[in-house]
Parts: sequence; C-alpha cells; structure tokens
Amino acid sequence: MYNFDVVRPSRIADAVKELSDSTESQPLGGGQTLIPTLKQRLASPEKLVSVAGIDEMQGVCKGDDGSVCIGGATTHATVAAEAGNYPALAATASHIGDPAVRNRGTIGGSLANNDPSACYPAAALASGATIKTNTREIAADDYFQGMFTTALDEGEIITEVRFPVPEKANYQKFVQPASRFALVGVFVAKYADGVRVAITGASNDGVFRWTEAEAALSSNFSADAIDGLSLSGDDMISDLHGTGDYRAHLCGVMTKRAVAAAV
Amino acid sequence: MPKDGGIGASSKRREDIRFLTGEGNYTDDINLRGQAYVHFLRSDIAHGTIKSIDTAAAAGMPGVVRVFTGTDFEGVGTIPCGWQVTDRHGEVMQEPAHPILAQGKVRHVGEPVAAVVADSPEQARDAAEAIVLDIDELPAVVDMKDALKDGATKVHDDLNNNLCYDWGFVEENKDAVTKAFEDAAHVTSLELVNNRLVANPMEPRVAVGDYARGTDESTLYTTSQNPHVIRLLMGAFVLGIPEHKLRVVAPDVGGGFGTKIFHYQEEAFCTFAAKACNRPVKWTSSRSEAFISDAHGRDHVTKIELALDADNNFTALRTETHANMGAYLSTFAPSVPTWLHGTLMAGNYKTPLIYVNVKAVFTNTVPVDAYRGAGRPEATFQLERVVDKAARELGVDPIALRRQNFITEFPYATPVAVEYDTGDYHGTMDKLEEMGDFSGFAARRAESEKNGKLRGLGVNCYIEACGIAPSNLVGQLGARAGLYESATVRVNATGGLVVMTGSHSHGQGHETSFAQVVAEMIGIDENMIEIVHGDTANTPMGMGTYGSRSIAVGGSAMVRATEKIINKAKKIASHLLEASEADIELKDGAFSVAGTDKSVAWGDVTLAAYVPHNYPLEDIEPGLEETAFYDPSNFTYPSGAYACEVEVDPDTGKVTIERFAAADDFGNIINPMIVTGQVHGGIAQGIGQALLENCAYDDNGQLLSASYMDYAMPRADDLPMFSVDHSSQTPCTHNPLGVKGCGEAGAIGSPPAVVNAVVDALQSAGKDVTHVDMPLSPDRVWAAMNG
Amino acid sequence: MAQVSMTVNGKAASGEVEGRTLLSSFLRDELMLTGTHVGCDTSQCGACVVHVDGQAVKSCTMLAVEAEGAEVATIEGQANADGSLNVIQQAFQDHHGLQCGFCTPGMVMSAAALLKDNPKPSETEVREYLEGNICRCTGYHNIVKAIMAASGQDVSAIAAE
Repeated sequence: MYNFDVVRPSRIADAVKELSDSTESQPLGGGQTLIPTLKQRLASPEKLVSVAGIDEMQGVCKGDDGSVCIGGATTHATVAAEAGNYPALAATASHIGDPAVRNRGTIGGSLANNDPSACYPAAALASGATIKTNTREIAADDYFQGMFTTALDEGEIITEVRFPVPEKANYQKFVQPASRFALVGVFVAKYADGVRVAITGASNDGVFRWTEAEAALSSNFSADAIDGLSLSGDDMISDLHGTGDYRAHLCGVMTKRAVAAAV
Repeated sequence: MPKDGGIGASSKRREDIRFLTGEGNYTDDINLRGQAYVHFLRSDIAHGTIKSIDTAAAAGMPGVVRVFTGTDFEGVGTIPCGWQVTDRHGEVMQEPAHPILAQGKVRHVGEPVAAVVADSPEQARDAAEAIVLDIDELPAVVDMKDALKDGATKVHDDLNNNLCYDWGFVEENKDAVTKAFEDAAHVTSLELVNNRLVANPMEPRVAVGDYARGTDESTLYTTSQNPHVIRLLMGAFVLGIPEHKLRVVAPDVGGGFGTKIFHYQEEAFCTFAAKACNRPVKWTSSRSEAFISDAHGRDHVTKIELALDADNNFTALRTETHANMGAYLSTFAPSVPTWLHGTLMAGNYKTPLIYVNVKAVFTNTVPVDAYRGAGRPEATFQLERVVDKAARELGVDPIALRRQNFITEFPYATPVAVEYDTGDYHGTMDKLEEMGDFSGFAARRAESEKNGKLRGLGVNCYIEACGIAPSNLVGQLGARAGLYESATVRVNATGGLVVMTGSHSHGQGHETSFAQVVAEMIGIDENMIEIVHGDTANTPMGMGTYGSRSIAVGGSAMVRATEKIINKAKKIASHLLEASEADIELKDGAFSVAGTDKSVAWGDVTLAAYVPHNYPLEDIEPGLEETAFYDPSNFTYPSGAYACEVEVDPDTGKVTIERFAAADDFGNIINPMIVTGQVHGGIAQGIGQALLENCAYDDNGQLLSASYMDYAMPRADDLPMFSVDHSSQTPCTHNPLGVKGCGEAGAIGSPPAVVNAVVDALQSAGKDVTHVDMPLSPDRVWAAMNG
Repeated sequence: MAQVSMTVNGKAASGEVEGRTLLSSFLRDELMLTGTHVGCDTSQCGACVVHVDGQAVKSCTMLAVEAEGAEVATIEGQANADGSLNVIQQAFQDHHGLQCGFCTPGMVMSAAALLKDNPKPSETEVREYLEGNICRCTGYHNIVKAIMAASGQDVSAIAAE
C-alpha cells in the first residue's frame, strides 16, 4: 500500500469536511474491497475518512412508510441479523462474502463501489431503494451507472439506504467458484404496483433491470412466466468462469428460482 | 482394540500443541537483527527483450540499501535442473540457463528482472516502482502445439527450438504396439487435458538470507521441503559456497505439495544479497506473487489409445503427451512427464504392450514441476478415463472390465520397466464396492431425478510409485542426485532419544509418527523420543520429503539407525548382565537374558554408555549414537480403488460431490489417523483439480487466474465427508517397515472418479457426452450438455 | 505515524503505526504475536482471522488504527489459563483437524466465533461458516468434525479413525 492518513470522525458533518479538505481523500467503510485494492496499489488516496465510528450511520430501523432504513455504515452481519422486516434483504446480506467479511463490510461501501458482481446493487435496484447521501436522495434507478460507476459525487457519502418492503422477494446467487461473488445474482421483488427484477454479475454494464421479465412477472408472478424469455449474451461478461451466453442462460434460471422461492 | 502407542496407534500429534496455540515457528516468523527486505520487480509481460533498466531513481529512494539487476549476477551460477532426460533418439534434452534475475530477455510474467533491498518492505516496493524498465515485447509462446510448429517464436534464442525433449518409452516396444493396434478387435481413443494447477500451500514462500562476515558463513531460512537439497543446489551450482559454510534451515513449513521442493531464485538472491549488503535480507511472497513465481503443476495434453481383443482383454496402450515445461526447467521438471509418468502407464492392468511418447515444450509461462502426485495423476487420469470410455463403448460394466484385466500375480514386471512387489487390486475393489454401497445407487439416482438432478457414479483404480529409488537406477535415468535418506539416532544418558532425520515434515506429522516407530522398536514411551528435522546444521544429509517417500525411505533409515543402536545397547546389556550377547532380548524397554529373570532397564544401559565405569571399553566405544543411510531397492507401489457419486444440476451445469469413497492399500500403517488425514487432503486436491482449479493463460501469456478471486480453491462447502479405508494391506516386501507411502494417493486416485461420475450422470440423461475436460466447472458442464 | 492502543488477549498494547499498517502487521511485527498468519492478499484465505470486540474479522483487511480502543483476541490468547488447550483447540488435536498448521489459527478463531453464535451447528452450517477459511491440507473433513465435537455433538458416526 502507498501510505495515507486515516481519520475517524464521529459525525457525518465532520466526515464531509474531512473529505472536502483534499481531493485525494476517500471514505472508508468496512474496507473489505478498498483495503485489498490499496494492497494492490491500484489506488493512492492521501487520506481515508473512516465512517465506522459515525453512530448516525449505524443500524437498521423502520421508516414511517414501513420501509427498512439501513445506515450507510451498517455491516452486512447487522443487516442479516436485524433486517427481519425484509427477509429477502436479510438473507441477501447473510450470504455476502464470508462471516468475517460480513462483520466489517458495509452497505454504503458496497453500493458506493458498485462492483458488477456484488449482491447489494441487485437488492437495491430490484427494491427501488433510495440512496440517501449527505446532500440528497437518489433513486436506485438513477444511482447505478455502469460497473464501478454511480451517481455519487466526489466526497459524497451514503448515509442511509431506504428499502420499500415488497410483498414477496428473493435473491438467488449463483456463485463464481473462486471469488464467491455472484457469477449471476438475481433479485426479484414483487410490489403492489409491479415486479422488479435486478441482475448482478452478468452484464458489462453492471447491475441492470430485466424489464421483459418484470413485465411478464407483473402479470403472472410464477416461474413459468419466464419461459420463452431470454437475454442476449452479447453484452454479458465473458471470462474464465463463463461465457456471455452462459451468463445469459443463468439469468433465466436464477430468475425462475427466485420467483419460485419468493416469500 | 486400537493400540494406544507405537506402530499402528492413532497417536495424537505432538506438533499440534504449538500450531494450535500460535507458537509455530514459520519462516516469516523469523526476524533477524538489522534485516532488510527485498522486493522483486517482476516482468508483467510474457516475452520480450530487455532494452534497458534504469535504477538511478530507485537507488536514491528513502531506505534503499541497494538495487540489483541481472548484471550483478553475471559471475554467478544459474538455477540448476536436477534431472537430465535423454530423448528417443539418444540425445540429451535441451537445457536453457535459468538466471537469478533476468538476463537480456524476460520469458514469463512474474520473472524477476530487478530487486530492491531496503529498510522496510514498503520502501523496497516503492523503489521498485521507480525502476524504469524498457522491454521490447515479443510474441508470446503459449500453446504447446503451436510452439512446436516450424518457424515458431523461440522462448530461448540459443536453443534449436521449443522442444525440450521427445521421449519414447519403451522405444523398443513401439513397433509391437503398432502391430497390436492393427490386430485389435476394438480401439478406444481419447484426447484430454490434464489441467494446469497452482499448488497453493497456505503458507506463501519466504526466504531470509544471513551472512556472518567473521566466519564467512551463510545461512538461509526458507520454506522448503528439503533443506539439504537446497544447500547442495544453491551452494554448489549457483553461489559457489561450500556446504560447510552454508546452513539451510526449513523450520515449520506451511504445506508444500511439491512446490516447495524446488530451488528458487529468491532463495539464492537472499543468500547472495545478505553477503553483498552485509545485512540479513528477507523476502516474503504475497499470494499474488506466488501465483506467478511458484512452479505450477500438471499441464499435459494427451491422446491415449487402448487396444482390446475380442474378449475385452487389454492388448496394447499408446499415448502421446505434450508436457509444458514453462519458460525454464525447474528442479525436477523433466522427470515428471517421463519417469514419474511413463513408468506408471500400466496402472493396475496386465496390458502387455505399452508405448508412451512425451514431448516436453518450452512456453512463455511460469515453470512447471511436480505437484502432489507429479506424473502419476496424469498417468492415472488418462488411463482410467480411457478404460471407462472403453467400457461404455463396449457396453460392459466398468468395474468388471477393470477386474478382468487386473494384475493378480506379484511380483509383476510391467512393460514399462517397473516391477510391482505386492498388491491386491481385487481386494481394494471389493472393499470399495462395500463402502460405496453401489447396490443402493439406483435408488439414489431415482431420488436425485425426482429433484430434477442427474446422478452419476464413477469408479477408478490407481497405482502409484513412491519412495523414488534406487539411486543407481535413477542415476541411469538422468537424476543428478541420489535418492537415499539418512537418520542419526542419538540416545542420551538418561535414555531419551533424539532422531535427526533428513526427511522434512510440513504437515505430515513426522514428529509423531516417526517417534511411534522408534518407541515400538525399543519398547519405550513415545514421549522419550524427539524428532528433529529441517536444519542442515543438526541433521545428517537428507533428500527431504516429496513423492510420498518419508516413511518408506526416511523411516527406513531411522529403523536402520535404531537397529544399530539396539545392537550396541545389547552389547552393553550383555556386559552388565554378564550374559552372552546372543541371549539378550529387548522388550518393553528392558534387556533380559533369555530364559532367566535377569534384566536391565533401557535407562541403565544408556547411562552406562555415557558413564562407562562398568563397560566393555576394550570392545566398544562409549556413547550411543548411530547414523544410517538407506537406499531403497525399488519403489513402493500403493494402490487402490476410488468411487465418486455426483449430482449435476442440468439447469446450471453445477456438479456437487454427494459421496466419495477411497479404498487404499498402503501396506503397513504407522498412524492410521495421520494416514486418513493425508488421504482426505489428497482427495480434496483431486476434487479441486477435477471441478474447480484452473490455471489459465491468455494468448499473450498473461495469467488469468492470478489470485483467489479467479483460481478456485476447494472450500469446506465444496466437499462432503469422505469415506476412507486402508484395511486392505499388502506390505511392501523390500523395506523394513513394510510401508508404502500415502501422501499422494488421494490426489492421484480422485480426479478420474469425479470425471467418470459426471460422464455417467450426463449419459444417464441421454446426453452424448464422452468426455469433459477438467475442471468440470458449471459453464463447461452446461456447454457439454448443450453443445 | 499515529499512536494506536488496544487490548490484545486481555493486555494493553500500543504502538506507533502508519495509516496503512494492517492489524495483522501490527500484531505480527509490533507485538510479535506471529500466530496470526497471512496467506493471501485478497481477503479470502482467513489465516489471519482474529476477534475484534468479539467478532471474527480478517486482520489483513483491517487497518491497525481501526482497532483503536478495541478488544482484540488472537490465537495466542485462546488456551486455558493453565496453558492447556481450550475445548476447540483440543478437539482439533483429538480429531486431527490440522496438518501443516498454517491455516489453523484462523480456523480456530472462526470456529470460536461460530460456536458463540451457534452452539450446536449442523455439518452444513459449519461448512458454510468456513467459507472464508481455506485449508489446503485436510480436505476439511476433520476440521468440520472437530468443530462439531467441540460443540459437544457426538461425531462418532462420522467416518475415519
């Protein structure tokens, strides 16, 4: 790693100030992606602003509208344990990384990084979540802008993520056997006004909504509704672990399984 | 009743105490006063000409002690190869120089080009980044068959081409084999890949060099399976340090699996640089660095053909293999596809005629050498796959076809130059059938199908050769070393023993199992015996641990030394008991005179040896310490039969291992608990090769699976519990313990069982799939089903 | 450089670190607690698992300064007060749950974290919990068996000596 300073503010305002002091600063959530990246010397921030000590960014609560609100610095383990109002979300969190990673990794860190194979982006996009930052609220549909790219500005911190709770939902992850990230992960959420399907791991453009499947499932929420639908493998990730066509195929399989398992 | 001590007891491992409490002493735990750290600048391109290396900026960076490049090593030797293969035309192999730091060209991603020694690891890395490297990129040679085409880019400009050797075995059989194929009633052929692997012991390699100016002595602490071999290779061939001025220490080593046999540039560098800088120099590999600097394993591409007569008897076998050597010859690389592979092609079968052709090829990839099993997994995989395919083509039961062709009379001289001393292949297959509950398979398959899954059962046999030997034979075959082992047994005055062995334990539990043997021989408690290994300063010359040789060769040396001790102790006892030496018996730690109640305790005899007041000084010397060297007369031949049951998810292609059974014959067993553990670990690595692990390069010679993000290591939830048995025992006839070795069996025996099972599953669904290349990852299986 | 203070295995520990100093480096290089091992650089092998405020974490993927004020537990502090192996350590020895010993500290620390949350885990739960701990020697069979035995479950039906 290149060297850097670490500051550990206890209030959002202080964190924002630390981040604005210098353009070479970066927020540090649980560090489960950032620290390995720094070890490879793929980034060289001068200052890391740890948000782990900010109490107002911690924990899971229930919003006035019934939504599940998760502080940006909440670990995956905490979401898994405390987001019982949204069982599919808790289940998703309980399978990110491994237990030690879940004890450190945070939802804000994951969404800010927007790894194309991460689980939370699928959950947030399928749920139509709202990403709340220190300056604004961003709808999930506007937030994800391609792999490792989001609507966040320099120095902007995810302070909370608000998930409307669906009638039924499920996340199916088909793991890449080495990294255990999603080779394809499909999050299906059925709301009163329709079904949303978000897919991670598959596309060169990062997490995306499968609108044809959403339409089919909105009129008939059953696995059979997916029959005959398919995605093109052309724009899908093709690597050592699977071709674009294979990933496209898995999108269908995992979507059906998510629908069948949705509770 | 299981024994509670000695040979055959599942004694708990004494080494566990330190490992479980954080008190192990691994090489990276060693920090010497004033040590500096080296960071290697490694090539990030596969093939190129070095135009210039500008180290000026780096040399001026904070903390930098010295920057080294290839020119600093011009007067120094190169990394030697320990085995010279002679090809089918009588020519010796082509052998390129293997520099410590690249000279003139880079030939694989990861090749060290320059090295920075600095006060801290981070400073060394910072400075390495400041080195300006100008390399003219050349086309990379990656595919082995392309590498052998006329006009192919050469990996080494000073060699004739990229062919290291073209080996034929047994060359004299070739025409007869051809004739047998012409006369065959049926021929089954198969082309397959034995996938390239990375050994990945959990402890990355580490080297710490030290130099004492006052005594002109060098010390290297290194993660090695064989410190004496490193001392010999590095001292004699690279740095020119005589052995009495060079100490090599391999303390606790966190797994080896073959990849820590070899002498690596980093070891020579740290030893050299410690003297040049007059400071200890430490290198700790990162995992990322390990992927591009540890020798890889396997990487064979093979065509195998099996000829059968009208009664389904095997009449001939013919193989053609391309074996990847990588860019340079690692220590034992040439021996792996030849003498550790061709000699095993008979397997468990009485095939009368065999011809093996191996073309070893240089490519712009990391050097390839022995990995757990080394040559024997490659032989077993192709043979057991082609036998399985033949059974399917002929519509006969795969087990019955195997049984029909089993070797049943021993000793058995194969047509590939080795003689199996013992074995009972029907015995292990009988045991396997019992363990595997094959009669219940149909019901289990039906249950799987109800759940939308395909179920398959795969079976295979294996034979392997352990304890590679004897030295005079391996010398004829091209080994540049002897393959004996030695042990010194030192008995202390109060009766405790120290056994200093040339074998090295890096997970095998020698400190426990070796002590069990000596305890049994003398009849004393295991805790009176200490096993010392891993330091050339306090152990006799040794060849180390690989090829499942420790108990068969190192254990035998220890037995021979202990026998000498007992013989001398009997002389002392006969003096003390005033009886004829011929009447002295040793039992339960006491010497007695046969037929009398006169006896003297072990401890009284050992005390007499060191306090020789009442002692036959005119006949024997005081003291009680003996050394023995043991050079085996033959290999040992463990064998067995393995069965795997898989489920395949037809929607995704994902394979899960539902059941796995292994029936092995290791001859006599010293510690059943340890043996079982060795088999478990071997099976996990075999399943890893079959389903998960894939060391892959792209066309430019870039490693695609360069970290655990892309190289799939087997994890706990990839594997089931294993059913393991080694009650079938045909003791080795030529070593004193009747032992055969068990370290590699699991890795040799398991891959074909897995692939046979997956093919069985796919064919059960009517898929016309006869083979899928490893690893059988979900995408490959799905593609095979939908191809 | 920054001053960092924490409690390690019940004892106060402090030292000067850079921002980039990993907790694993602080433990190994500053405190000389070399039982915590580093086996990879992508946060996957788990040889470096320690407990921070009672939770299993990968100490190679946490900065030392992030552990300021924390209670850290490492393999060196796991044995009983009289120096004998604790229940988990003893089960690993009894069931041959280790070979080379390199992954072992992380395995034991992960096992301890698992059994704290789930005192009687099933075989599947143990295997899933160990997703972040790679062992190359044992094939996991005896590790899983040892952890189940440490939880007081009868493992005699699981194969092997």
